[in-house]
Amino acid sequence: MIQFVCQNLTIGYEGKPLLEHLSFSVNKGDYLCIVGENGAGKTTFLKTLLGLLPPLKGNIQWTQSSQQQKIGYLPQQTEVQRDFPASVWEIVLSGCQRSHWWQPFYSAQDKEKAEQAIKQMNIVPLKHRCYRELSGGQQQRVLLARALCSASDLLILDEPVSGLDPKATGEMYEMIRQLNQQGITIVMISHDMGAVIEDATMVLHLGKNIFFGSKEEYLKTDIARYFALRQEEKER
Amino acid sequence: MMALMEKISLYLSYPFVRYALIVGVLVALCSSLLGVTLVLKRFSFIGDGLSHTAFGAMAVAAVLNLTNEILFVLPATVLCAILLLRMGQNTKIKGDAAVAMLSVSSLALGYLLMNLFSKSANISGDVCSTLFGSTSILTLSLPEVWLCVILSVLVVAIFVLFYNKLFAVTFDENFAKATGTNTDAYNLLIAVVVAVIIVLAMNLVGSLLVSALIIFPALSAMRVFKSFRGVTICSAVVSVTAAFFGMMISIVAGTPVGATIVAVDLVVFGLFTVAGKGIGVKG
Repeated sequence: MIQFVCQNLTIGYEGKPLLEHLSFSVNKGDYLCIVGENGAGKTTFLKTLLGLLPPLKGNIQWTQSSQQQKIGYLPQQTEVQRDFPASVWEIVLSGCQRSHWWQPFYSAQDKEKAEQAIKQMNIVPLKHRCYRELSGGQQQRVLLARALCSASDLLILDEPVSGLDPKATGEMYEMIRQLNQQGITIVMISHDMGAVIEDATMVLHLGKNIFFGSKEEYLKTDIARYFALRQEEKER
Repeated sequence: MMALMEKISLYLSYPFVRYALIVGVLVALCSSLLGVTLVLKRFSFIGDGLSHTAFGAMAVAAVLNLTNEILFVLPATVLCAILLLRMGQNTKIKGDAAVAMLSVSSLALGYLLMNLFSKSANISGDVCSTLFGSTSILTLSLPEVWLCVILSVLVVAIFVLFYNKLFAVTFDENFAKATGTNTDAYNLLIAVVVAVIIVLAMNLVGSLLVSALIIFPALSAMRVFKSFRGVTICSAVVSVTAAFFGMMISIVAGTPVGATIVAVDLVVFGLFTVAGKGIGVKG
């Protein structure tokens, strides 16, 4: 079953196109990894997908109407959040936002959902801790729990492991893998080829040459070989 | 001690002192509520800029000889708030530069207008009381007190009703927008409410010290408390207490009201910083 379709999509900022003629579709339960050089338009694509930026041409069609379509989003952390005085509980609960102003308070159902998400992310002992006192890996789990509160079937992740140590990175990928196995569609930006080879089922490579297809096909292409080489060089 | 109590009860028997206390406490409550959001959203400078534009509007109102200044100053400041927010989103003139531009121009033009057209004999006195709020809080009429009460109730009601949304928009605007919250509308709401608060608070502390009333309680509370709710409640309590004692001190000791309140806020901030270090809150 199809989750969303991009039709002849052109994206960019302020009328200046960054990527043109993107056409592909993502199915329910897919694990799509978006890779590419810095500045290739990964984040721009994600913002367009989330509706934060309007597409310059073409469109993104969702199989359900966007009101019902619940998206979970794990953004990159901002400067503001690093010293934000809020408890883990308050942040996770804020994932249960209602889009209408006449629903100002959280329902018992919302709170139950937040409890569930906290349990699922293994952060129950942190529930009343202050967000800014947590480690980077713990903070990412809190934000992932928040994303789960707003998503029922699609998670969009923007570099979920950036700034994490190897152990926390491994745990984060494990969490995402488990969520995917429960049937949640994953769309993730990553600069990390390792993650692509491990978990992803589909790959979108953005850059001069655009590739969309299954992981197996992607790994056979020159784009992937060249990109992997460049990544290795950078690491050295 | 007895003499002091007698002095206070004598002052409290005057209605204008009671009005001043009521208005002062209400204004302190309102201004502290949105302070947390402003500080965390890095919007503190908007409060500062708006207070200067409010001064400009006040000068225009004085020159036009309006009987009820607030009816002109309030819409003018709200308009500037909307303008500032739009300018903040404009990439050509960056937010902080836009605010600086607008605030110094309205300060300068306001002073210029007052100098050129004012019929008052004591211009520097007028300017001083608009900037530092010296005595205008003690000259409030009953309708002005009622207006202040109504606006305060409105501000508190809006804050309580939109508390969860404000939290979401403050903590992570992109997430809120992606999950279907109309963040532009809430930013506008914040700007408009801040404009209302600033106009209200100008009577109490004057336009130069208004932003102190907005950000100091929030900053103090953030030293000690770890949750958004805790910070918000503590900030309201701190603000109201500081305003009350500041006004009492100024009445008894004869010091300027606004400056005394801000001085008390500063002392509280110092105490909270030490307390925060003591219990080991990072930040």
